[in-house]
Amino acid sequence: MPKAAIAADKLNRWFGVGEARTYAVKEVSFEANWGEMLYIVGPSGSGKTTLLSMISGILRPNSGSVAIDGRDLWSQSDDEIADFRLNTIGFVFQDYHLFPRLTTAENVAIPLILQKRNWGEALSAATQCLKIVDLADKAQLPPTKLSGGEQQRVAIARAIVHQPRILVFDEPTASLDGETGRKIVSFVKAEILTSKRCIIMVTHDSRIFEYSNRIMEMEDGRITGFQQGQTV
Amino acid sequence: MKQILILAYKLLVNDKGKYFALLVGTTFSVFLIVQMTSSFAGILTKASATVINIGASIWVMDPAATNSVLSNVPMPDYVLDAVRSINGVKYAVPLYSGTALVKLRDGTYQAVSVIGLDDSSLVGRPKLLEGDIDDIFAENGFIVVKDEEFPKLENPKIGTDFELNDYRGVIVGIATVPTGALYGTPTLYTTYYRAITYIPSMRFTISYVLVQPKADSDIPYIKQQVTRLGYLALTNHEYQNAISSYLEYKTSIGTNTLLMTIISFLVGLSICGQTFYTFIIENLEHFGALKAMGAKGRELVYVILFQAGFTALVGYGLGVGLSTLLITAAKLRLPEYTSRLTYTNLSLAFLMVLIIASISGYAGVRRVLRIEPFEIFRG
Ligand SMILES: Nc1ncnc2c1ncn2[C@@H]1O[C@H](COP(=O)(O)OP(=O)(O)OP(=O)(O)O)[C@@H](O)[C@H]1O
Ligand SMILES: [Mg+2]
Repeated sequence: MPKAAIAADKLNRWFGVGEARTYAVKEVSFEANWGEMLYIVGPSGSGKTTLLSMISGILRPNSGSVAIDGRDLWSQSDDEIADFRLNTIGFVFQDYHLFPRLTTAENVAIPLILQKRNWGEALSAATQCLKIVDLADKAQLPPTKLSGGEQQRVAIARAIVHQPRILVFDEPTASLDGETGRKIVSFVKAEILTSKRCIIMVTHDSRIFEYSNRIMEMEDGRITGFQQGQTV
Repeated sequence: MKQILILAYKLLVNDKGKYFALLVGTTFSVFLIVQMTSSFAGILTKASATVINIGASIWVMDPAATNSVLSNVPMPDYVLDAVRSINGVKYAVPLYSGTALVKLRDGTYQAVSVIGLDDSSLVGRPKLLEGDIDDIFAENGFIVVKDEEFPKLENPKIGTDFELNDYRGVIVGIATVPTGALYGTPTLYTTYYRAITYIPSMRFTISYVLVQPKADSDIPYIKQQVTRLGYLALTNHEYQNAISSYLEYKTSIGTNTLLMTIISFLVGLSICGQTFYTFIIENLEHFGALKAMGAKGRELVYVILFQAGFTALVGYGLGVGLSTLLITAAKLRLPEYTSRLTYTNLSLAFLMVLIIASISGYAGVRRVLRIEPFEIFRG
């Protein structure tokens, strides 16, 4: 039996101390598979971002474990975890976090630069990825000159430039209009999701539910249920 | 490593406004520090002008006379004989150094420095531009130094006569010396004997005994023997240092220079520190994003140190360049402009700029290491 892309086991994360301690994520266990696009939905404050951070090596859980393709994540050293984020995960942040003083191509190249590839190589790979998201003609512009939807696509290009196996998206469509959001997510589903990849997407946006394989619902830090998304 | 430093460079230089402010801060600060210390170095050199120009190996003087060559304490004649009899002394000659008033033809008076050279050897004689050194022995013969003070004597020529303390004097030669004097008075050379005859003096007349040792290895013994006599023997270098440290530590010139240097440093530090810290804070979310994407803490430290160091080096280069330009330009217009770039000044400025960069960088590093990628992730 193939190993799950992500296996979370009894994850707990709380904030605050003593009386003020509140659980953001409580006893969460789930698996996500290769080739799957899994959504995490739930009301604001239900722990979605916290959970996403714990499975992508950004936030250490207070207890519980995460295994990526069978390998335990949080027992590794800080440097190993940083390397895991660098090599295995592609991030699309809610507000993109593009560098305004670099060109679009340079922005996309950053994961490769962090992997110590040389600039020429990194920039040509970045240009290649910009082609995939249909922004090849904007490669030399600063991202500040692009529209919101275009910036989102730059962020996606940056998330895939280093061929990571897992992509995490936090509210990718929150600041886009409905039509643009749908287009981007359908593009991700069609072009970026492969049988060797796993995509986890946090969203409030019911207009894009149809592109998911599975939807995981959260409330108050717990999983309250799963729904089948669009059947493949 | 190299890859991420290129990234650091782009992030810094592409932020033109901040980068410009940082460069202005460091350049200005380096410029001020170099200017202050150079003009001080110039003053120090000029204060030692007589020591440099006479060039004797060893100077014997009254211990109380180490502050300045113009305020020497005359020594009795027996000191000269005693020094001559020390083993290892090749020769020893007296030197007179003092001041007098010259009455110019228009009836006004001008203070001058008078140096009296040993009659038999003329040790310490200046290089002549015009005239013959032997004419110094001619009746009333004086040699004038052509420096920036020269016009104060109404640009004398050979044959020009003047009155010095009611004696007649005649210019018999025009000389040049390596270093102009600090005190703003023209310099006349004459013989030792004429100097002590024309210029009223106390009971004792020898300002210095100039000593040439047989070999450098004799110097310690000579110094020791002079000390036994109750006098002080300093090598040329030691004497210059003594004059310098007097100016540095015991006069307001030194303290003011030090103070101004510290102020320049603080101005530079506050401009650069502030700007750099703002630069870091404004880029904090980007550093956080880099961290989230897998940059290690130490890589971010390299990025920041590189940015601080790079700014410091460029600012240093610009500051030193600007100072050199200004000093050179000033010297073209004012040949005796008192300012001198020394390696010590340049190193001092470099050290200060490094400190500025380190402090600014350290503040940035601390801030960046504290970023939690989770905070960036949550937005
Ligand atoms: N650093 C923190 N300190 C204290 N409380 C925190 C911190 N981070 C998160 N929390 C709390 O944990 C809970 C879950 O937060 P989280 O950001 O995971 O929610 P979310 O489901 O992503 O919400 P949203 O849809 O608004 O993004 C919230 O109650 C939040 O206040
Ligand atoms: Mg969230």
